[in-house]
Amino acid sequence: MDFHPETRSQKLPPLFLIYGIALWTVLLWLSPAWAGHIVIERWTTRNGITLLLVERHSLPMVQVEVLLKAGSVFDPEDKAGLANLTAELLAEGTSSRSATQIAEEIDFIGASLSASADLDYTSVSLRVLKKDINAGFDLLSDILTHPAFAPEEVERNRELVLGGLMAEKDEPGIVAGKVFDKLLFGAHPYHRPVEGLEETVPRIQRADITAFHKDYYRPNNTIMAIVGDTKKEEVQELVKKYLGAWGMGKIPSLQIPTPPKPTAPKLEIIDKDLTQANILLGHLGIERANPDFYALVVMNYILGGGGFSSRLLTVIRENQGLAYSVQSGYDARYYPGSFTVSLQTKNATANTAIHEVLTQMQQIRSTPVADHELDEAKSYLMGSFPLRMDTNAKMARLLSHVEYFKLGLDYFDHYPRYIQAVTKADILRVAKKYLDPERFILVAVARQKEAKIKLNR
Amino acid sequence: MKRSVLSTLLALAILLMALPLWAITAETYTLSNGLKVILKEEGKAPVVTFQVWYRVGSRNEILGWTGLSHLLEHMMFKGTSKYGKGEFSRIVAKNGGTENAFTAQDFTGYFENLSSDRVWLSLDLESDRMENLLIDAKEFQLERDVVKEERRLRTEDDPKSYLIEQMYGVTFLTHPYHSPVIGWMEDLNRLTPEDLQRHYRTYYRPNNATLVVVGDIDPKSLISRIRESFEKIPRGPDPPAPFSTEPPQKGERRILVKREAQLPFVFLGYRVPNFRDPDAFPLEVLATLLSSGKSSRLYRSLVYEKKIALDTGGEYDPMMADPELFYFYGMTQPDQAPETLEKALYEAIEKLKTQAVSDKELQKAKNQIEAQFIFGQDSNFFQAMQIGTAESIGAGVAYLTTYLDNIRKVTPQDVMGVAQKYLHEDNRTVGILIPLKPEQ
Repeated sequence: MDFHPETRSQKLPPLFLIYGIALWTVLLWLSPAWAGHIVIERWTTRNGITLLLVERHSLPMVQVEVLLKAGSVFDPEDKAGLANLTAELLAEGTSSRSATQIAEEIDFIGASLSASADLDYTSVSLRVLKKDINAGFDLLSDILTHPAFAPEEVERNRELVLGGLMAEKDEPGIVAGKVFDKLLFGAHPYHRPVEGLEETVPRIQRADITAFHKDYYRPNNTIMAIVGDTKKEEVQELVKKYLGAWGMGKIPSLQIPTPPKPTAPKLEIIDKDLTQANILLGHLGIERANPDFYALVVMNYILGGGGFSSRLLTVIRENQGLAYSVQSGYDARYYPGSFTVSLQTKNATANTAIHEVLTQMQQIRSTPVADHELDEAKSYLMGSFPLRMDTNAKMARLLSHVEYFKLGLDYFDHYPRYIQAVTKADILRVAKKYLDPERFILVAVARQKEAKIKLNR
Repeated sequence: MKRSVLSTLLALAILLMALPLWAITAETYTLSNGLKVILKEEGKAPVVTFQVWYRVGSRNEILGWTGLSHLLEHMMFKGTSKYGKGEFSRIVAKNGGTENAFTAQDFTGYFENLSSDRVWLSLDLESDRMENLLIDAKEFQLERDVVKEERRLRTEDDPKSYLIEQMYGVTFLTHPYHSPVIGWMEDLNRLTPEDLQRHYRTYYRPNNATLVVVGDIDPKSLISRIRESFEKIPRGPDPPAPFSTEPPQKGERRILVKREAQLPFVFLGYRVPNFRDPDAFPLEVLATLLSSGKSSRLYRSLVYEKKIALDTGGEYDPMMADPELFYFYGMTQPDQAPETLEKALYEAIEKLKTQAVSDKELQKAKNQIEAQFIFGQDSNFFQAMQIGTAESIGAGVAYLTTYLDNIRKVTPQDVMGVAQKYLHEDNRTVGILIPLKPEQ
C-alpha cells in the first residue's frame, strides 16, 4: 500500500485543463495538516467492529472510512466481479429506502457516500458536515446492513459494469495491466480484475450477491476509521445507535493457490493502432507484512519510485527524452502483489526503453547505491511522511490500512525510524532478492509493426 | 483499478479548477517591482505550500507557436547558472518536499510543498529561476521529445481527448482557446530555443507574477524575507495583451471524429460568460443541479432511468480569463446510439428553460456548493490554487470572499433565465466520436 501510486480508474468528465510536468498522482492534495504526534483512539465494539478515531477540530466535517475484508479475492472463480457488484449495489436501495431516496438524502446534505471493492477489501467512504453527522451515520449504516439488492438494480448495475469493461478497452494502461496480472498470478485470485470479466459478470445471480453480503459484511469483519470534528463519546453513541444491532457472523476461510514460478521471460503483445507503446514489465513482488518492506521502499525510490530523483526517470526521460512518465512500484498487498515498471514511449523507441529498464534493474542488483542516493531517498521518505496524512480523507484511509495490515498504532512514530535504519547493504540485498531481470513478464499494448518488441537484449 | 494514472490526472485537474470557493482572509502586498504577494496563515500544521503564478498560458500563444508556455514550464526545471539541470527537484526532495508545475490556458504555476522551516528553499530557488533560466539547445531538444510523448499519451492515443481538442478548434475560431495547452504536434516540431527564450523574457517578470503562500507562516517576517529575495529582480516591460476576441456564433457547429474506439461519446459546448458576468452564479448552480451526485438531473435521467449513458455530466468553470464553455458530455451504454444520447441531453436542457426548479432542488444545489467549500479548506494546496487562479485571471481575491453570498442569492428565475439565454441551439458546438472497428 505504500509506494505504488495505486489509483482506481474512474469515469470522469473528459475535459482537462492543466498540464503538469509529471506524475500528478503523487503530488496533489499534499498540502498539509499534520506533523508530530498523533492521538489515536482505538476500541472494539461489542459486536466486533474495530474503531479508530483521530479528532481534528479545525473544520466542521467528518470523514469515515469503513474497510470490510470483502475484496475480489473472495469471488468464486467463475463469478469474478461479485465483490465489486455487491459494493456497487449497496447504495442502490435498502429495505427502507429506494436508490433515488438515498441519492436525494446524501446530496441534500452535500455529503458523499461511496463504496468500492479492491482485490483484498471493500471500502465504504462517507464525508459529511459535522452538523449532519447523524444523517450520515443513518445512511451509512443502512447501506452497510440492509441493502435490498432489488433485481432491477442488480441488472442495471450489471449493465454499467459491463459497459465500463468495454470502455476500459480504450485505455491501453488498463488493457496491459489486465493481461499482465493474468500471466503473473496464474490461479491466484489476484489474476482477476476486481470488476470481473465479460464472461463472468453475466453469471452472477442475485442469490450470489445476498450470500456474499451475508458472509462478509459482518461487524467482526469491519474496520471503521473516523477523522474529523467529533469526539469518542459521540462516535460511541452513533455506532451503538446505528450499528449496535448488526449481527456477528462466522467469516468463511479462504484457500489461496500460489502464483506460478516462471523459469524464463514471457512476452505478450496486444497489437493496437496507437502512436505509443504502453509497456508493463515486472514480476511477483511482496506482501505488506514482509519485513523487507521498508528496505524495498527505499530501493524502489532510487530505482523508479522517486519521481525526478529516480534512476529510471533520469535515464529514460531526462537523459534521452523517451517518455513522459516512467515509474516502478511494489504493489504490497495482503498476499504478495506485483512489482512493475510502467512507461509509454513512441513505438519506434520501445525496445530502447525496455533495454534501459532491464539495465537499471540489473545495475541496482549488482552495485551498491551511492551514499548521496541513499541519504536523499531517506530524507525524502521521512520528511514527506506528514504529507501522506494531511487531509482528513487521507488520514482516515491510512488509519484503516494501518489496522488492516496490523502495522500497530505506533506506526506513525516508527515509520521514520524504519526508513532511517535502511543501509546500502540492505538495498543491495533486497534488490538481488526481489528484482529479477531474467524471469520477468513483459506486456505491451503497441503497434507492433512499428515497435517490433522483442525479448532479447 | 490500478495503473490508470491518466484518468486520475484528469480527475484531479478538474477538481482543482471546478470546485467553488470560500471566504478568505489573506494579506496582500505589492513589491516595488510589481510582484504581487498573497500570504495566508493556516497554523494547524508546520507545513507550507509556496506557489509562483505567471500570467501566461496558451491564451498568450498564436498558431504556429502553440505549446510554448507548457514547454517553457518543462524547461524551468533544466537549470540556471546557480543550480544545474535537475538540481531544483533534487534539493526539494532531499528536504522532504514535493514540487511540480502546471500550465493552463490563462496561467503557468510552480509549487513546492515543504515543512515550514524550509520555506527559504523556495525563496532561493524560485527567485533564481524567475530571472536566471538557461535554455540549453540540447536540453530543449530532449524536453521537446518528452512533451511530444506527453501529447501522444494524453491526446493522440485517447479518442475522447482527441475529440475535445477538435471541438475547441471549431468553437473558437480566432480566440487562442482554439488551440490545446500542450500545443499542436506540428507546432511542437517547429519551436526553437529562441522562441522559448523570447517567451521567458516577455512573461517571466515580477510584474507579471503572483506569489501565493498558504500554511504555517508568520506573514510579517515572511514578507520581509520575500522582499529580500524577490525585490532585486527588475521589473520588465508590461507583456503585450493577448489577442483574445471571438466573433459571435450564429448557428450550431458540428464535428465528427471517426476513429478506433469502443463507445460513442457526445460532447456539447455552449459559449457562456466568465466570472465577470453576474450570470456566472446561476450558471454554477445550474451545473451543480445537472451533475453533482447521483440525484443530479443528468445522472438520474440518462444513466438511471433511461439507461442511455454510462457516464454523463454538465460542467462550467467561470474562473477563466475570457468567456469559455458550459459543456455537456456523455458516453453511451454499449447498445445505444449517440443520437439518442444527444437528444436526451437536449431534453434535459429544454426542461430547465420551461419549468422552474423547485425550492428544494435549488436548496440542494446550494447545500452541495457550500459543503464543497468547507471540504475544500481541508487542504492548503487547494486554497493556494484558488487564490492563484483568481489573481491570475483578473478576478482577484475579493471575488472569492463574496462568492458564497452570491450563490445564496440565486433564484429559480435566475436559473431558468441563464438556461434560456445561453443553452440554445445557435450557441452550441456539437462533437461526436464515432467508433470504428479495428483494422484487421
